Amino acid sequence: MPLPVRTGLAIAVILGVAACVTINIYFPAAAAEKAADKIIDEVWQASPPEKKEDAAANRGGER
Amino acid sequence: MKSLKWLSAALLLWSSLVFAQGNLDISSPAISTLKRSMQERHTQLAPLYESGAVGLTAEGGVTVRDASAVPLAQRAQAAALVAAENADRGALYREIARANGHPEWEADVRMTFAGRWAERARPGWWIQQGGNWVRK
Repeated sequence: MPLPVRTGLAIAVILGVAACVTINIYFPAAAAEKAADKIIDEVWQASPPEKKEDAAANRGGER
Repeated sequence: MKSLKWLSAALLLWSSLVFAQGNLDISSPAISTLKRSMQERHTQLAPLYESGAVGLTAEGGVTVRDASAVPLAQRAQAAALVAAENADRGALYREIARANGHPEWEADVRMTFAGRWAERARPGWWIQQGGNWVRK
């Protein structure tokens, strides 16, 4: 097996394993902040465009 | 040899995909129900945040911090709102951790929310920071 192929294969395996470990063990802080912001927006109603769409859809359904 | 090249390419693609899955699932029915419940309660809680009667705790909850800002007749109702909000928030943190297959993340989710609630609190609201109450 030529060296470049072997190196590529090794890098791929290492990255793959590292990715699995990252996802499965560590708390994804950045993703959690994003999720929290989304929920806070909805609970505190800081996202009027989405709300308006929802309201319009609901009104449409009632008619 | 060609197949080996393909194999390493596929592995690279897969690893980058796994890295890319940096999102928490917040779409479970339980989470939606809790969000709606908190959304409805917020119309009653907002004036209490503004008057300083209720503040945001460092643990991702809410608490009555100045009961004298609420007329005596409404104090029991304010306390009930606070208790209900804390119950919903606790359930929300637990459910987000559970929905993502990691119940042990509950405390991390709670602390993340605590930071975000405080960060996004409106001017004039009270937040707990390092054991002290701070008015935003």
